[in-house]
Amino acid sequence: MPGQSLFQRIAGQIGLYGAVACYVVFALLPIYWTIKISVTPQDLLYSEGIRLWPSRMTLANYASVLKASDFPRYFLNSIIVSVSTAFIVTVVASFAGYALSRFRFRGKALVSLVLLLTQTFPLVMVIPPIYRIMGQLGLTDNLYGLIIIYTAFNIAFATFLMQSFLDGVPKDLEEAAMIDGCTRLDALRRVILPLTLPGMGATVAFVFTAAWSELLFGLMLINSESQKTFSVGLLTFVGKFAVDWGQMMAASVLALIPVCLFFLFLQRYLVTGLTAGAVKG
Amino acid sequence: MASVSLRGIHKKFGPVSVLEKIDLDIEDGEFVVLVGPSGCGKSTLLRSIAGLETIDGGEIRIGDRLVNHAAPKDRDIAMVFQSYALYPHMDVRRNMAFSLNLRKSPAELIAERVSAASAKLGLGSLLERLPKQLSGGQRQRVAMGRAIVRNPKVFLFDEPLSNLDAKLRSTMRTEIKALHQSLKTTSIYVTHDQIEAMTMANRIVVMHDGIIQQVGPPLELYDRPANIFVAGFIGSPTMNFFDAVSQGKSARLGDGSALVLPTGAVVKEGREIVIGIRPEHLRFSGEGLPGRVVVVEPLGMSTQVTLDAAGERVTLMALERPSLAPGDAKSLTARPEDIHVFDRSTGLRLN
Amino acid sequence: MTALAEDIGLLQRQADRRRFIEPWLYLSPALILIFTVLIVPLIIGISYSFRKFSAFHSEYAGLDQYRAMLGDSVLHGALINTAWWTVASLVLQFFLGLGLALLLNRPFHGRRLVQGLVFLPWAVPIFLTGLTWAWLFNPLIGPLPHIFHAIGLQAEPVTILADPATAMWGPIIANVWFGIPFFAITLLAARKAIPSELYEAAAIDGASPWQQFTKVTLPFLAPTIAITVMLRTVWIATFADLIYVMTAGGPAGSTNTIATYIYVSAFKSLDKGYASAIAVLLLVLLIAYALIVIQMRRTLLRDV
Repeated sequence: MPGQSLFQRIAGQIGLYGAVACYVVFALLPIYWTIKISVTPQDLLYSEGIRLWPSRMTLANYASVLKASDFPRYFLNSIIVSVSTAFIVTVVASFAGYALSRFRFRGKALVSLVLLLTQTFPLVMVIPPIYRIMGQLGLTDNLYGLIIIYTAFNIAFATFLMQSFLDGVPKDLEEAAMIDGCTRLDALRRVILPLTLPGMGATVAFVFTAAWSELLFGLMLINSESQKTFSVGLLTFVGKFAVDWGQMMAASVLALIPVCLFFLFLQRYLVTGLTAGAVKG
Repeated sequence: MASVSLRGIHKKFGPVSVLEKIDLDIEDGEFVVLVGPSGCGKSTLLRSIAGLETIDGGEIRIGDRLVNHAAPKDRDIAMVFQSYALYPHMDVRRNMAFSLNLRKSPAELIAERVSAASAKLGLGSLLERLPKQLSGGQRQRVAMGRAIVRNPKVFLFDEPLSNLDAKLRSTMRTEIKALHQSLKTTSIYVTHDQIEAMTMANRIVVMHDGIIQQVGPPLELYDRPANIFVAGFIGSPTMNFFDAVSQGKSARLGDGSALVLPTGAVVKEGREIVIGIRPEHLRFSGEGLPGRVVVVEPLGMSTQVTLDAAGERVTLMALERPSLAPGDAKSLTARPEDIHVFDRSTGLRLN
Repeated sequence: MTALAEDIGLLQRQADRRRFIEPWLYLSPALILIFTVLIVPLIIGISYSFRKFSAFHSEYAGLDQYRAMLGDSVLHGALINTAWWTVASLVLQFFLGLGLALLLNRPFHGRRLVQGLVFLPWAVPIFLTGLTWAWLFNPLIGPLPHIFHAIGLQAEPVTILADPATAMWGPIIANVWFGIPFFAITLLAARKAIPSELYEAAAIDGASPWQQFTKVTLPFLAPTIAITVMLRTVWIATFADLIYVMTAGGPAGSTNTIATYIYVSAFKSLDKGYASAIAVLLLVLLIAYALIVIQMRRTLLRDV
């Protein structure tokens, strides 16, 4: 900007990059440290406790996690639960978002309000009743139970997301398609769907991440080893073998991989989505 | 191709009546322009014909068929939108072929129609492009091409030129008119621009507040507007209006001066009226309405003079080049046959 | 002619019905799921709060559970902890998030990369956030106690999670780390929506950078701030995972919030009735709070 001295400009640049560096270090420190411990050999763990990088590296922790523990099963369970949830939520939320985006009808404001209010429900409030209902339906200690619960909890936000993506497709296009010979459903399939595909991808990624991260319902509903999701498995592992740091860290890094991959894809759409969810109130 | 007939169409948005008892017959092959200020109901009427809006009552017929409850796709119409509404994920060729593909037309027919339409519109070299790689004018052409390929009974245009700049707009105006002359498809065209209406239409429908004000060929509307609204809406610069009271064969204006009324006018003595005179019909003369020059704008072909007269801002269009300066006092007059007389309370034409 | 008119009338009614039903058809899967999995359990949960549970049976208890809350000193402590946990997390998340948003709104080399990196914590599952921070605070394998000790914050390199006086800072810091991206992303989007002409006009009118911030940026961000702060407050106040993973409410109840208290009390003491009564209290507080913020936002939107 004109009117600033060279000194002010340089000081401004230093301040800018300094602040940016602080944020980056703060954001990456825990992740970095987890990775570091995961590749540190057992014998160096305490002696080189606060070194930035161990003097020797090992992948033994990863090998034992993958071969000699239940983590691969947890991992698979989490994948099943998260993928199913993400898929179901996205389909259901697409329809709901379509209704909110394209129709004027009595009760629309009420529906939006109810969806928003479900966002404020204290999870802990519904845990005991859900536990009982799921027990009666035989869905405790069962991945289906988790899928149903995660689906219900993610629908409201996913609906807002899809609504905002659908709002971004001009109504004219749909009308043009209907004049060109489409029924409403044809127009949805041939014109709107291809245009909202990136948005649906973002919704899938978002819900996948949320389902992957859930802990409390998993802890409560799942008991048997064979049904544990990653979060539950890791936490019980921490409780039982609190000293095997390397393996825990290796398992954590493995748990991070799918969400970080999704995050790379999701990042572009985060801004749209979160604003949509936030502004709709 | 087909005629379009509207009988007693009405529609409300909540308590607001947007269309009120619309009756209109459009002949086969006609180019009809719906014109009016924004919010007058012209777009709603067009969208009702297309089937994109439901109407509360009345009958819409395309050809002999009652289409009130037909889906848009079953009305055999094509529409050009203001935003063009090109499918962003399809190239020009697929945009144009979309409707025929939906109809499962044979591939040779589709190819033939698309190439014929693109040749007609000069789109031949653009067929593989996506809409975002086209300029505004090109998009406009693709939208037209998509409509032509269908070979529908009726073309509907919803302000198709309002997103273009002034120069392109006048080019496209000519092109659409030429296209209509070669295809002779019944067309209904919505615009708020009275110049588009005047230049393109076989007949103009002027709408205001959901009511049809007047229907007629462009020059008839210009020469014999049915009411003050039409008189003020058609023509640029707009008609000059003066409040007056009838007195014998003349009208007495607010400042006491008088103008001779046309012979056809049937006006009771002492009736409150409005006098309308088009800018090109006002002339300077030795006597008549005294005025004072405010602004002189030379346009080359003509000169537009703004004056204050009888308490109104008055515009005069002179074909000669008068030597005038702001502040000059000038008298104005007009031939009696060029004067429009309206009732002040109903707004209706009296001569 | 009359037959035709009746036909049209019938068609019209069918069309009307279709138009009325269609959106509800699309909404129904979502609404049914939300109703059966959220609303019904919520109502049952509220009914639990009027009952007393023991191992194998339950009985109607009227307002006993609510009366019991009055004398529950653990609950009072949890209320204070909840307020402290929520306010501290929120304030830090908000200001650090706002700072990050404003930084990312300025051009600098590598901005895209930086944006990806600083938003990454948002993708980390909460239980992992809790675990990794707990490990960072652990003097055996984590660097933080040693750093705190070296710069004189701590007399001995021990975990702050074990000391009732400092334990709450552990979850708060982890929560701030996790929550900054949410605020930064939302505020960045809102900031980008402010037309740059406004800043140019303000600069020409003689506004200093600080005045531009307070007179242009803040008023424009206010509605977004109000709604994100609301959503976040509710979310932070109710979520128990992080504290549960890091301290499980300890040591000596010093990190016990209402949410963790309910979670622990509902399953450890087996009295679902009492846990539900506390949850109802939390729900009422939150809904009241949400309504106030929505009202405030309306007022703000009117003024802008």
